[in-house]
Amino acid sequence: MRQNPKEVEENARTVTRRGLVLTGLQLSFMGMLGLRMRQLQIEESDQYRLLAEENRVNMRLLAPPRGIIYDRNGVIIADNAQNYRIIIVREDAGDVDELLVKLKQIVSLDETELERAIREMNRRSPFVPVTLADRLTWEEFSKVAVNAPSLPGITPDVGLSRYYPLYEDFAHVIGYVGPVSDYDLNRIEDPDPLLQIPKFQIGKIGVENKLEEQLRGKAGSKRIEVNAAGRVMRELDRDPGIPGTDIQLTVDARLQNFVQARLAGESAGVVVMDCENGDILSIGSAPAYDPNLFVRGISAADYNLLREDKYVPLRNKPVQGTYPPGSTYKMVIALAALEMGVMNPGETVWCPGHYQLGRRRFHCWKRGGHGHMDLHDSLVQSCDVYYYDISQRVGIDRITAMANKLGLGVRHDIPMSAVTEGLAPTQQWKQIRRGEAWRVGDTLNASIGQGFTLASPLQLCVYTARMASGLNLEPHLIKTVDGVPLYPDPPETLDVNPYHLKLMRDAMDGVNNGPRGTARGSRIVLEGYEIAGKTGTSQVRNITPAERAAGVIRNEDLPWERRDHALYVGYAPRDKPKYAISVVVEHGGGGSRAAAPVARDILAFAQFGDVPPLEAYPSSQRERVRTMYEAMDLKDPRPPAPGRSRA
Amino acid sequence: MSYLEYNVKTVPTGARKILYLNWPLILLVTAVAAIGVVMLYSVAGGRFDRWSEPQLQRFALGLVAMFIVAMIPIWFWRNVAVLAYGVSLLLLLAVEFVGVTGMGAQRWIDLGFMRLQPSEVTKITLVMILAAYYDWLDPKKVSHPFFVLIPLILILIPTALVVIQPDLGTSILLVVGGGIVMFCAGVSWWYFGTVIAGGVGAIFAVFSSRGTPWQLLKDYQYRRIDTFLDPSQDPLGAGYHITQSKIALGSGGFSGRGFMQGTQSRLNFLPEKHTDFIFTTLAEEFGFIGAFSLLSLYGLIIFFCVASAMTMKDRFSSLLVYGIAAAFFLYFAVNMSMVMGLAPVVGVPLPLVSYGGSAMLVLMIAFGLVQSAHVHRPRGR
Repeated sequence: MRQNPKEVEENARTVTRRGLVLTGLQLSFMGMLGLRMRQLQIEESDQYRLLAEENRVNMRLLAPPRGIIYDRNGVIIADNAQNYRIIIVREDAGDVDELLVKLKQIVSLDETELERAIREMNRRSPFVPVTLADRLTWEEFSKVAVNAPSLPGITPDVGLSRYYPLYEDFAHVIGYVGPVSDYDLNRIEDPDPLLQIPKFQIGKIGVENKLEEQLRGKAGSKRIEVNAAGRVMRELDRDPGIPGTDIQLTVDARLQNFVQARLAGESAGVVVMDCENGDILSIGSAPAYDPNLFVRGISAADYNLLREDKYVPLRNKPVQGTYPPGSTYKMVIALAALEMGVMNPGETVWCPGHYQLGRRRFHCWKRGGHGHMDLHDSLVQSCDVYYYDISQRVGIDRITAMANKLGLGVRHDIPMSAVTEGLAPTQQWKQIRRGEAWRVGDTLNASIGQGFTLASPLQLCVYTARMASGLNLEPHLIKTVDGVPLYPDPPETLDVNPYHLKLMRDAMDGVNNGPRGTARGSRIVLEGYEIAGKTGTSQVRNITPAERAAGVIRNEDLPWERRDHALYVGYAPRDKPKYAISVVVEHGGGGSRAAAPVARDILAFAQFGDVPPLEAYPSSQRERVRTMYEAMDLKDPRPPAPGRSRA
Repeated sequence: MSYLEYNVKTVPTGARKILYLNWPLILLVTAVAAIGVVMLYSVAGGRFDRWSEPQLQRFALGLVAMFIVAMIPIWFWRNVAVLAYGVSLLLLLAVEFVGVTGMGAQRWIDLGFMRLQPSEVTKITLVMILAAYYDWLDPKKVSHPFFVLIPLILILIPTALVVIQPDLGTSILLVVGGGIVMFCAGVSWWYFGTVIAGGVGAIFAVFSSRGTPWQLLKDYQYRRIDTFLDPSQDPLGAGYHITQSKIALGSGGFSGRGFMQGTQSRLNFLPEKHTDFIFTTLAEEFGFIGAFSLLSLYGLIIFFCVASAMTMKDRFSSLLVYGIAAAFFLYFAVNMSMVMGLAPVVGVPLPLVSYGGSAMLVLMIAFGLVQSAHVHRPRGR
């Protein structure tokens, strides 16, 4: 079929016309695309540049290393240990279940910890790293690291975690850290951004808690470039933050270790102080617990075990525990009477074994009575009737004033949790707290450290140190902060007649070294190392007249929790006091039998700086003491060798 | 019989054909492909072997194919149009049965040495058969309803096959590309008016069917439309691609962040950065200058195609060239609109730049057809 050239021409023109219309449309669309480019890339460019930066840069907080706590000789008490962890990124892991099965063939994983990790993983974005297991041993860690190529999404990682190398020994001195809880967050105003780091460790109790601010340091940060999956591509810059301040305690780790070992099996509290400057050398509390258990959060089972123990291992007995001081309180009455001039050291009181106050009869611990007692003998033999008599002349308010002066009934400022005020009662106190008037009988009870009177081992130690030194000592726990020694004000002279204090020291010498002393069995015989002190036995139950008539039940025949507390306060050496000590053995029976030997061994260790030689002991006791020391498992903690750098 | 065959004598023969090739067009195409290779080097993080090298090989292969196609007289291509169309339909059917699934859609046939996307091939064969159809049809009858129905069926068969893959982007491109050829052939304006009105109605139907049992689109397609309309409503979920791509473009600014310095693409914030979203990397690293230059190159390619088509007197040649230019335009217009947040995210590559063998080869063959029509057009009279 031939076509008319004219028609062909016309048809071609139609196509061209339509084609030009089309091209026009295309060009205008391209113009619009160009305008859009202009809008995005020129007009709104700044805004998008900012968004791109936000996309790419992430801030990560860097936890500063927590301050290390040393003992007075540089032994590390609280350290930061490398914590080997396994981190998982769900996004990279692919099939998580399959991966975990593989991982379990390599290392053993704790099931409850694993469940927690899986819950966290499902809650968070898939690219957020989650800790799958921590506290791996080096062997487990290296196994995972070696197998990492076949474990997608698993990263072995090293973090820092608190570690207490001396375990139980310092549980009650420095407390522990633990993962920050909601409770902590609510309690703290203006929370540090560091606390938002999951599982960040903060001090929960003790020195770790009280000095949290210094120990924690300041958060550092790093700016990192991340890709769309949240994976870190590179670090842009880093501010390392300020590491926590190192703190040195006045405590001597070797002595502390000995104290804890010596108290093994007892429920007891011990404080050892330096009589020259008030440094606390040891705070023993038995039984103790392993603070490392708390660092990552203690299990409910372990915690209940600690809570239900009748020896209450969680209680910090030397600073929180309050006990009737018993006969260790008698120096307070004696000093109050001497200072007031209502008593002459030479005058005697007749002790028939009891004291009659109206219709009430107050008994002396010695049924048959002590006979004629002067001040010295009344302390050495711990006659109660003497103090029943003297205390009435002084009156309770003056007794308590003296107690306060000596450090009893007042709270001492040391950075530990729940430091107790104890109780030195006054007439006013009873009126307010009990709604009753003070009676003379109350004074008599107080005179032998019973009744309302309560004191903690810390207070008893301060009291003893003040009498031994004649100085108004305050206890100190912190020796240096960040290497800078804290120079507390030098202690002032105690506002008590030095002669009266000497009378006390002579009597306390007699307690240990005199022929009739109550603690004669616990003396040190090596010259220059002798100790002096005072025993105390405080009742925790009432003795009825009927029981007294039939003969008081012996402690050994009572259930543990109804036995008497055994107390001892003392110092050494006798002639130039350096160390003061207080010992309370809960329900230990008699002070001379249960508390004084403990104190003697500790004072001996403190003086010799090591396990004391057998020559220090009376020859009849040496065999028994040798057996005891041989059975003791001492750690002998030493400061790290100088020059070795620590991670 | 067309006008062409009367003037065969004026058509260059033998090696002389090379002189009559549309050389500016070849240069432009090569320039755009070079940009592609450079960008692929950048998104691969400075690795040549990952995407650039295979892309370069395919371009070389495509260039050879283009020359071979260009040397063969255009009337031969008109005569095989039906065959080509038939083969592409068979390939589309084959995808249904032996296709490789990728990104939720069956789109490839694995030929061993390359993955063939039949839907890409169909874009050109559809233009060919429509051009051949209107070459055959008496121009007076183009607006006759029966002769309008036939090209519609020719368009809808492959479209239907592509829709069920499912590949919404390509199916829209097929319909629009086919429609453009019909438009150029002179089909009455009324039909297009009706179709546009119908399209508006269809969009309404699509939206109103949502959530009902006879829902017309898949959920992911609805979500893409939602996030297209308001990408900010879900910046980390469905709107992520558009948001990140706009950030990449915008942060490029006027002069760009520098070659290989684009943080958005280097840090994987961009999806499909070597294929559909490669334009964002170009725009991020070379800024407005780079992006606008590429747009201008594309514009010049369209311009040279249209200029060539205007000198063609036979209907097959001119309709073929208009159709190929339109298909090419649709490629980059849809892709650029998509990454600039003007259109929903549909799988359409940036022509000659995105990594992909089928699209590259098919486009080069299409430009071969344009060259063949250019070379074999009558001249002098």
